Amino acid sequence: MFTIPRIWREKKQRYRLEGSKCKKCSYTSFPPRKVCPKCGSEELEIIKLPETGKILTYTIVRNAPIGFTEFAPYAVGVIELEDGTRMLAQIVDSNFEDIDIGKKVKLVFRKLFSEGEAGVIIYGHKCKLI
Amino acid sequence: MREVAVVGIGITKFGALWDKSLRDLAIEASLEAINDSGVDHIDSMYVGNFSAGTLIEQEHIAPLVADYLGQNPIPATRIENACASGASALKMGFIEVASGMSDVVMVLGVEKMTDVTTPQAVYSLSLAADREYEGYQGITFPALFALVAKRHMFEFGTTRKQLSLVAVKNHKNASKNPKAQFHNIITTEDVEKSPMIADPLHLFDCSPITDGAAAVVLMPLEKAKKLNNHKIIKIAGIGQASDTIAIYQRESFVSFNATIKAAESAYKMADKRPEDIDVAEVHDCFTIAEICTIEDLGFFEKGRGGEAIENGLTDIDGKIPVNPSGGLKGKGHPVGATGVAQIVNLVEQLRGEAGENQVKDPKIALAHNLGGSGSTVVVTILEVA
Amino acid sequence: MIGIVGYGSYIPWRRIRIEEIAKVWKQDAEVLKRGLLIKEKTVPAKDEDSVTIAFEASKNALKRAQINPEDIGAVYIGSESKPYAVKPSSSIIADALGISPIVHTADYEFACKAGSESVFVSYSLVKAGLVKFALGVGSDTSQGAPRDALEYTASAGGAAFIMGSENIIAEVIETFSYTTDTPDFWRRDGQFYPNHTGPFTGEPAYFTHIINSAKGLMEKAGVSPKEITYAVFHQPNGRFPLRVGKRLGFTKEQLEPGWIVPEVGNTYSGCSLLGFTAVLDIAKEGDIILLTSFGSGAGSDSFLFRITKRLEEVRGNAPTLKDMLNRKHYVDYATYAYLRGKILMGKEG
Repeated sequence: MFTIPRIWREKKQRYRLEGSKCKKCSYTSFPPRKVCPKCGSEELEIIKLPETGKILTYTIVRNAPIGFTEFAPYAVGVIELEDGTRMLAQIVDSNFEDIDIGKKVKLVFRKLFSEGEAGVIIYGHKCKLI
Repeated sequence: MREVAVVGIGITKFGALWDKSLRDLAIEASLEAINDSGVDHIDSMYVGNFSAGTLIEQEHIAPLVADYLGQNPIPATRIENACASGASALKMGFIEVASGMSDVVMVLGVEKMTDVTTPQAVYSLSLAADREYEGYQGITFPALFALVAKRHMFEFGTTRKQLSLVAVKNHKNASKNPKAQFHNIITTEDVEKSPMIADPLHLFDCSPITDGAAAVVLMPLEKAKKLNNHKIIKIAGIGQASDTIAIYQRESFVSFNATIKAAESAYKMADKRPEDIDVAEVHDCFTIAEICTIEDLGFFEKGRGGEAIENGLTDIDGKIPVNPSGGLKGKGHPVGATGVAQIVNLVEQLRGEAGENQVKDPKIALAHNLGGSGSTVVVTILEVA
Repeated sequence: MIGIVGYGSYIPWRRIRIEEIAKVWKQDAEVLKRGLLIKEKTVPAKDEDSVTIAFEASKNALKRAQINPEDIGAVYIGSESKPYAVKPSSSIIADALGISPIVHTADYEFACKAGSESVFVSYSLVKAGLVKFALGVGSDTSQGAPRDALEYTASAGGAAFIMGSENIIAEVIETFSYTTDTPDFWRRDGQFYPNHTGPFTGEPAYFTHIINSAKGLMEKAGVSPKEITYAVFHQPNGRFPLRVGKRLGFTKEQLEPGWIVPEVGNTYSGCSLLGFTAVLDIAKEGDIILLTSFGSGAGSDSFLFRITKRLEEVRGNAPTLKDMLNRKHYVDYATYAYLRGKILMGKEG
């Protein structure tokens, strides 16, 4: 299910938070794109995303999918980073009752999942309340 | 383009059907539709199916169904657009008839979900979201719609009770639909006391895992008139739209743009407005989806959907009956079949054959079929010809 | 001048109190707290490991160093709780921080000393002129067996140091290492929990190596305890570092700022290094700092640092250990046991 080549190929996004910015209309996107979804331009540059933002909406996953049951229950939310880029990220190290729309968060480096005790471990970014 | 009529309908019981394989379900619905239509042959078929590959380890199911229906060598094609596969297949069938390429096209929707365990079915469903950027953060479908519900409650004050009332209404309707998966009546308390799946959505806010199939037979309107066995129901309009694969890149979290755009196309083609619709079957994969949809379709102002449901405006005897069949929540949601099942139920309504759930004298009906977290939407408008 | 250009620390959010653990094994919490001089320890989240901790600490170090990650020529990470028995943690850190691919990396192991080793090798490489900057990290999420004395102390945390030759915040004056083969504590390959030899871990192991290493350093550098501002030692519990500090001639005031184990626990490869970051969080220009690590097996690395005025200029760029100590969340034993993988789960668990 979690295949190595694909996970390895997406390293730059997950590890280094690379996104793209449209040179024409400044729309930023994560993951990076080749065509701007707003204006259709093909002139996009790679940018490093900011590491803080705020919560636009969130939920708490109580029934986790295969591969994530060891972390359940966990909060997950749509985050808007300082430069307007959106991403979906788990909200960790925060009491559920403290999480709310509008609260500020910062990105942290965590394990995303691993395929059992013997499988490779995938790392990436989640966020936590600040 | 020629006008297209729905001349035959067929649908299996929906539920956890241990004795029936995908082939069994496909054949049952197809034969029922073909026999109902009275045609003596079909020229081509489309099969809407989401994930036979992950659910029963079988791809290439269109010729398989054609084969077991005794219909080789007619052209057979599978259409996949997540939960909107059924209506997307309908659109392809519609185009083939409207263009003049074929005269009799059968559209089948089928899904067999209970051969795998529930976690595996949930995994298959999650493939309709953005795998790398939503899946890898541990998202599930209830969670995606929970994000919408949280925001809808935040922006418009939609209440927990209003969400529950959608499930209550749809169960009530399903209890009178013999083919539905659930026949039990539930209360708002039942909904709110059911296990929390992804805040604020409880188990009873979510449509179930279901097996089932539904089929329709399409013909050009002029030739349908010669069949002379049912009221003639035509597809007056059909619209489709796409949106971002990941919910986090949407403009709005309280509105499904693909619904708005698909509805716009369908209304335009049918030359109708929201107030013309007499009955609707919408995609209530989760209770919040029904609330957003009745707003996005133009039945109610944005943000007032919950209120409308609370005031009974979408009950069978309400201003605009929504999901008289029981919807996905009450009837069940065999993913690829749903879009076609909605058409079957609406044709029954327009023919006056909907039994205990019959809406009073409907002339124009609307079906809304949504895929993934709203990345595909197909809206179909049916009219008594 | 060669020395530290940036430093960073990291401890997890969760804690467990001594009382919580003692309750389960029906041991006397007050006696334990008095004996170990520990109140509580850090507990890593289910999605944290020595790699994620090393990354966060390194990120903080980069914020203080203010250099381009690509200028780092070497990355060394020391840990005894690596997520993989075979597959480097250092390559993950180097790639994730944007240092790869022109870099040399290696993973080190020497029980609790693996962190100071990484720092030693980083420093040596810069001194030899082979790289412009080198990153050395100590990070652990070590396990203590249930009901064992180590269950009260084994915790999670890490510290990172970027060594370089310009914009120094702490100059390395001298180093001195002392190593013998002394099996006081070990873990065989494939075993989940370590073994230790009780009292033997004291005099023949901890005290012998720390004292010889620290004395050797002070002699080599020609300094006496009086001339040192702060001393930081490896802290497997609260008592040992105070005892060894006293034996070496240091006062409580000199030992206090680096004595963090009562609230953090023993973070193994991160241990003495984290204590050192706590000192860096408050040190002033001109302060002289002694750091002596200890790793079972056994050995001690000593360093002597002199603080420059630049420390105060960049210190505020990243959180201090105190900032992290103030943001915490207590868990009970059941949650702790689950997080540390001590509960036998079913297939779908």
